[in-house]
Amino acid sequence: MVTSYNGEVLRVNLTERTIKAEPLDMDKAVKYIGGRGLGTRILLDEGCATVDPLSPENKLIYITGPMTGTAVPTGGRYMVVTKSPLTGMIACSNSGGIWGAKLKYAGWDAIIVEGKADAPVYLEINDHEVTLHDASDLWGKRSLDVEATLKARHEGYSVLNIGPAGENQSLLAAIMNDGDRAAGRSGVGAVMGSKNLKAIVVKASKTQIEPNDVDALRTAAVDSLKKIRENGVTGGGLPTYGTAVLVNIINNIGALPTRNWQESYHPEADSYSGETMKDTSLVKNSACHRCPIGCGRVVKLEDGSVVGGPEYEPLWAYGANCGNTNLDAINKANEICNEVGLDAISTPCTIAAAMELYQRGYITDADCDGVPLVWGSTEAITTWTEWMGTSKNALAKLMADGSYRLCDHYGVPELSMSVKKQEIPAYDARAIQGIGITYATSNRGGCHVRGYMISPEVLGLPEQLDRTTVEGKAEWAKIFQDLTAVIDAMGMCLFSSFALGAPEYAALLNAGTGTNYDVNGLLEVGDRIYNLERVFNKVAGMKPEDDRLPKRIGEEKIVNGPSEGMKSEIKLTLPQYYEARGWKEAFPTEETLKRLGLEDLIQYL
Amino acid sequence: MLEVRLFATFREGRDKILFMEHKPGMTGYDIITPLAIPEEEIAIFLVDGRHSRLNTVLEDGSVLALFPPVGGG
Ligand code: SF4
Repeated sequence: MVTSYNGEVLRVNLTERTIKAEPLDMDKAVKYIGGRGLGTRILLDEGCATVDPLSPENKLIYITGPMTGTAVPTGGRYMVVTKSPLTGMIACSNSGGIWGAKLKYAGWDAIIVEGKADAPVYLEINDHEVTLHDASDLWGKRSLDVEATLKARHEGYSVLNIGPAGENQSLLAAIMNDGDRAAGRSGVGAVMGSKNLKAIVVKASKTQIEPNDVDALRTAAVDSLKKIRENGVTGGGLPTYGTAVLVNIINNIGALPTRNWQESYHPEADSYSGETMKDTSLVKNSACHRCPIGCGRVVKLEDGSVVGGPEYEPLWAYGANCGNTNLDAINKANEICNEVGLDAISTPCTIAAAMELYQRGYITDADCDGVPLVWGSTEAITTWTEWMGTSKNALAKLMADGSYRLCDHYGVPELSMSVKKQEIPAYDARAIQGIGITYATSNRGGCHVRGYMISPEVLGLPEQLDRTTVEGKAEWAKIFQDLTAVIDAMGMCLFSSFALGAPEYAALLNAGTGTNYDVNGLLEVGDRIYNLERVFNKVAGMKPEDDRLPKRIGEEKIVNGPSEGMKSEIKLTLPQYYEARGWKEAFPTEETLKRLGLEDLIQYL
Repeated sequence: MLEVRLFATFREGRDKILFMEHKPGMTGYDIITPLAIPEEEIAIFLVDGRHSRLNTVLEDGSVLALFPPVGGG
């Protein structure tokens, strides 16, 4: 039967320097769809939940979904699944660009990298011709430099690589592809660095993926495209302003965390908003493969260089959260993240934590190498980003492992605004109750894209919920988490969900793979993936208390702005959420695993 | 006095911030009509940071924020 899976997985053992093709386990593929779901199942089955994340025993899985490379709008994503060295739990970082689609066109659904090379290497994939090359001349080079060098050497290839941060095994290191696209979170770049793998270049002779039902896929894709174009967000707001447009909205509801979450409203936020970016530094939009939305930004720095522009999260994190108002400095700092290969969310959040440590006297001028970590300093945000990426001094090295380890070093871990040691993004959970549930229960630690409750609670999509109340939020959070898991697993961009819902995703998936999912069946797969990840975390050593918001967010009140006085109701909503999931003390019950067809995981409870 | 903040495309051909005299009984409609903003273009209407309906009666001193459909993540 023809399906939009290739049916083949590439296994590369760097210790032995062996390369082999293996058949994709189709039963597993259908049960977990692909990408995030299938990758996690493979990682668990291959015994990686208990390994040291930076040891040769950890595996690094680059995996596509069944929609990756097809004619489906936004179907160009790949994911990196591994055990995270930042959280010690499951990592799944998602990226766009064209690299993932090329991997699929080259004939592979996934690459499983294991072991560790004894010297720097890079992998070349040209359809089924796969070669390991010496990378000693690339080691130490910055990401964009590596990309340019490898593109010149291998014509027509797409490049994925790590920068110096990954080589240094910074726990905030990203994996970069196609310029400024990043599998950014949870330190996946450090795992790549620990294996001495600098880059993977891919070329393919195919340019399309044949679906199970050509006509049905065409119909479903045309319908989805129409909905994406007609939707005010995906057809208008995102193309015009990018995600940056959120700066003013989130600030105006009083949920823009400021100065490491000490405040929640930043009066000067408009100076780095999407509107200001459009008026001052925006050059043009950019889009990932097969994406009609094109939320990416290309911006011009004051020094004249043209670079990939920041998303909402870095705008917030280098802006309000560092007490800074200078857009050019944010654009520059974001670009440094891309060059050295750092997560552009956790990096600025860690700088914000360091600034609070400086404010409180834990970090002193003696630690700062001449660039004090003062709120709002443009020099501090750019320089410390560079220093974190290159491990320039003792403090930078400490900061490169994230805010939790940094604050813990000074005996004040509560100043790290993180969940499971990963920094929480740009929405104050005290002012938006539902997002707090998804922050606390995200399997990969602090994250906004594991159930984007901002959509109903702030943007009014698919319907407007009251952000200040708790009623029904646990159930909403669960459904959002489940649907997100499905979209990720399919290999589509989460932003498509502003315009599409479960019926559209089911139609696309069925046409591609020949499955017969209805809406409930599809959401059940999402539920299954969420439970699978949770079991992975359990095996990895997660404890119920890891589903916890930092004290400032979980217990203290907002002190300024339109949401002044509000506090998180997580103590109320967390038990409701566990009930909705069928979990006891943060983990699935036997009955829940049975209901989801996960009987074989009961042994891990 | 009411402070009216406009965002995204609503800023095209209009000021970012304007102040309007408050009159008893005023609602959101009394704001958008003189600004020539069609009701169906408004996705988010905030009164003092809280999502509100256009027919909400406005109190003196309020800050209003108007957004067309926008989103991100
Ligand atoms: S919406 Fe943005 S991130 Fe998503 S696929 Fe399109 S350009 Fe890439």
